[in-house]
Amino acid sequence: MTEEFKKKAVDAVRDFGWPRIIIFLFVLLLFIVAPFVGVRVDTSISDVLIRFGQNGVMVLALVPMMQAGAGLNFGLPVGIIAGLLGATLSVQFGLTGWIGFTGAIGLCLPFAIVFGLLYGMLLNKVKGEEMTIAMYVGFSIVTFMSILWIVLPYTNPTMVWGYSGTGLRTTITLDGYWTKILNDFLVIRIGSNFTLPTGAILFFALAAFAMWLFMHSRTGTALTAVGSNPDFARASGVSADRMRIASVVVSSVYGALGILVYQQSFGFIQVYNAPLYMAFPAVAAILLGGASVNKANLLNVIVGTFLFQGILTMTPSVINSVMKTDMSEVIRILISNGMIIYALTRKTKVTK
Amino acid sequence: MANDTSLLRLEGISKDFYGTTVLKDVSFSLAKGEILGLVGENGAGKTTLMRILFGMPVIAETGGYGGHVLIDGKEAVFKSPFDALDAGIGMVHQEFSLIPGFTATENIMLNREPSKPGSAVELFGERLSILERAVMKKRAVTAIARLGVKIDSETAVSEMPVGHKQFTEIAREIDRENMRVLVLDEPTAVLTESEADILLGALRRLAADGISIIFISHRLHEVIELADRIVVLRDGTVVKDVPTGKATVRDLASWMVGRDVGAAAARDFRHDLCGEALRVEHLWVDMPGETVRDVSFSVCEGEIFGIGGLAGQGKLGIPNGIMGLFAAGGRVLLHEAEITLDAPKAALDAGMAFVSEDRRGVGLLLDESLDWNIAFGAMQVKGEYLKKIFGGLFNLRDEKAMRVLAEEYIAKLEIKCTSHRQPAKELSGGNQQKLCLSKAFALNPKLLFVSEPTRGIDVGAKKLVLDTLRHYNRDFGTTIVMVSSELEELRSICDRIAIVDEGRIAGILRPDAETAEFGLLMSGEAADGPIDGGER
Repeated sequence: MTEEFKKKAVDAVRDFGWPRIIIFLFVLLLFIVAPFVGVRVDTSISDVLIRFGQNGVMVLALVPMMQAGAGLNFGLPVGIIAGLLGATLSVQFGLTGWIGFTGAIGLCLPFAIVFGLLYGMLLNKVKGEEMTIAMYVGFSIVTFMSILWIVLPYTNPTMVWGYSGTGLRTTITLDGYWTKILNDFLVIRIGSNFTLPTGAILFFALAAFAMWLFMHSRTGTALTAVGSNPDFARASGVSADRMRIASVVVSSVYGALGILVYQQSFGFIQVYNAPLYMAFPAVAAILLGGASVNKANLLNVIVGTFLFQGILTMTPSVINSVMKTDMSEVIRILISNGMIIYALTRKTKVTK
Repeated sequence: MANDTSLLRLEGISKDFYGTTVLKDVSFSLAKGEILGLVGENGAGKTTLMRILFGMPVIAETGGYGGHVLIDGKEAVFKSPFDALDAGIGMVHQEFSLIPGFTATENIMLNREPSKPGSAVELFGERLSILERAVMKKRAVTAIARLGVKIDSETAVSEMPVGHKQFTEIAREIDRENMRVLVLDEPTAVLTESEADILLGALRRLAADGISIIFISHRLHEVIELADRIVVLRDGTVVKDVPTGKATVRDLASWMVGRDVGAAAARDFRHDLCGEALRVEHLWVDMPGETVRDVSFSVCEGEIFGIGGLAGQGKLGIPNGIMGLFAAGGRVLLHEAEITLDAPKAALDAGMAFVSEDRRGVGLLLDESLDWNIAFGAMQVKGEYLKKIFGGLFNLRDEKAMRVLAEEYIAKLEIKCTSHRQPAKELSGGNQQKLCLSKAFALNPKLLFVSEPTRGIDVGAKKLVLDTLRHYNRDFGTTIVMVSSELEELRSICDRIAIVDEGRIAGILRPDAETAEFGLLMSGEAADGPIDGGER
């Protein structure tokens, strides 16, 4: 029994992977060092939790496509654009508070579904090259929308440029609309430095539960089988193409919801080039959480988001205090891109 | 047997994978110029043993092995196949490892090309020296000639028949100057009988030249014909190590299986079946290498209908086409209801199931667990193994029901595994085949297509698979269409056998028809003679 336990423990460590252990230790080290360089631990933990709630849903969005064998969704901006349309329309219509947020969700869904369908059909035509194509689809749609943000007839004065009266501003404040609407829902404050964004965490939990249900449904099971062996799925009467499209649609919807959660926490809607690189932190986070290109689960999402956001929160405050220079951005880029490379080199783990 | 003249000696080799013991204290030795036949059921550990001998990285990755490998009495530890090659061990694998676009010569000489320095060598080093094509060709031709076959050394491997590929691969091994031990894993599995005879002859000649050979095969009569000594493995241990003269095919079979293999069960084939289960009219199927041109036949309710014929004549295309896996046309009627072709879902919905000949490619989810593999089809096609939640709003997979189902089939078909959660890729070939059958049975099909159900699996598993098919046919009335290259197997189980030749049915025979009649049909000789039990 103990022997078996030992073996399992060793296997678990090996499965967990050295990069993750190293980064986990690194985050831990940052937390230990923090008090000595004058960074408050409670503030830091609170920041990590807030960022977790802020980014978690977007990381979740990657799961279905990975499971369906369509790779890492570098085209996450497709969903994000849908979210941005929902958010800006909601503000345009002057919806505030909860009505504003749910209105944004309601308005973004049709866009997310339609975009997802089209994007999914495109990905079905480029099997084997999904990730490269997805990246360019993401870049293209963001750039294309940059034109539309200027051209579309938005009129709400909080959103358009003051001097011309047309075209959206690059950053749109959500003050008076739905800033921190989830973060402040049932919020728990301890002292002046610790805030638990209950609403955002609950929303993530709800989204994760819905994803769990989806992945355990007949469709979700079929989708996983398609990712594992498309020929097997076909011989069992499952249309691989349809399942892949379903996965892309779900991914886009989660991307749209994810950006809304992000915006309410951040307090601003960012349009134009802001969504361009949004997929990378999400991809890095899920890989950091132990997912391989073709297999991901909810635990990967949670662990990965915590680790990744932990680093993002801790490096600026701690490292900068120690080194007296701004290293945070460098470290963020190093880790997110390093993690993506690491995962892509280990792609062959799946048996064909 | 362990004497000092032995070239290769294995002492107490043991190995386990994921907690399953595959080899236990295996010892034997091999003298110079000796041919050793290694036989055993699938999963008996033959392939693993050879991987250890050849220093395959997979062994080290899964925790190494116990025991010693001795060459010339000195312990040898191979960290990679390169070490094994240096020590003079050559291996011909079950799967070809040839480069399709290269010629026979290029493949035989690959990475050992004789070369002369050119001007580029001065600048960029050895890797840019010029190949001496003429020497390469001469050596390749010599190696091929040693085997006693005729292969044009300039033919690209992709254009060769399967048999020639096999010979090319062997020629590559024997071209090495230090080659002392040649290991052949199922070399005759892909060969026709005449090609196999040539190969056996070639191996005898090599042995006479002083090369020791380990010959692994399921074809027991070949082993007896060729080997000087036979080692029988069963469940990872050596159960027999005997000189060939002291064993018959029957002995070998019973040692391998560990139980008496009775004569083929007394035949009780029926020819009084009535009612039509399946009618196929003018079927054509565009399956690469197995084109079906114009096939019509009908299958009776409750029948086991065999489809035989030589490889490449189109017998495999028939089930693949009907099940919608390859483009097909014509009419297929199941119980008078027309089946839409080119749509796997339609065929499955109509109540047909298919056990593919391509086990690893189509048959299994290798990365997923056994319960997934077994229940998946039934879940997707029939909506079984789902449970309702939120008052029927949403269906979830019922993991518990899936486990019960998997455990039922694991027990019923004696699938050797650690649990229902084990990934399918970790099972041996025979057990994977049983898994494919379980998957099909879980659909409760009215009509079951099985394609090459016993290909590459051992005697014991073979018997179990055939018995299971018979059991489902007799006791549950499942109509079965079985496609197989092994005529004896078809004759032992089927009620009628159709022979396919050049994409058409050459004739339909009863299993008790003369062997010669089958042979004639296969060779396209008796295409229009009247046939007993014939077409309707």
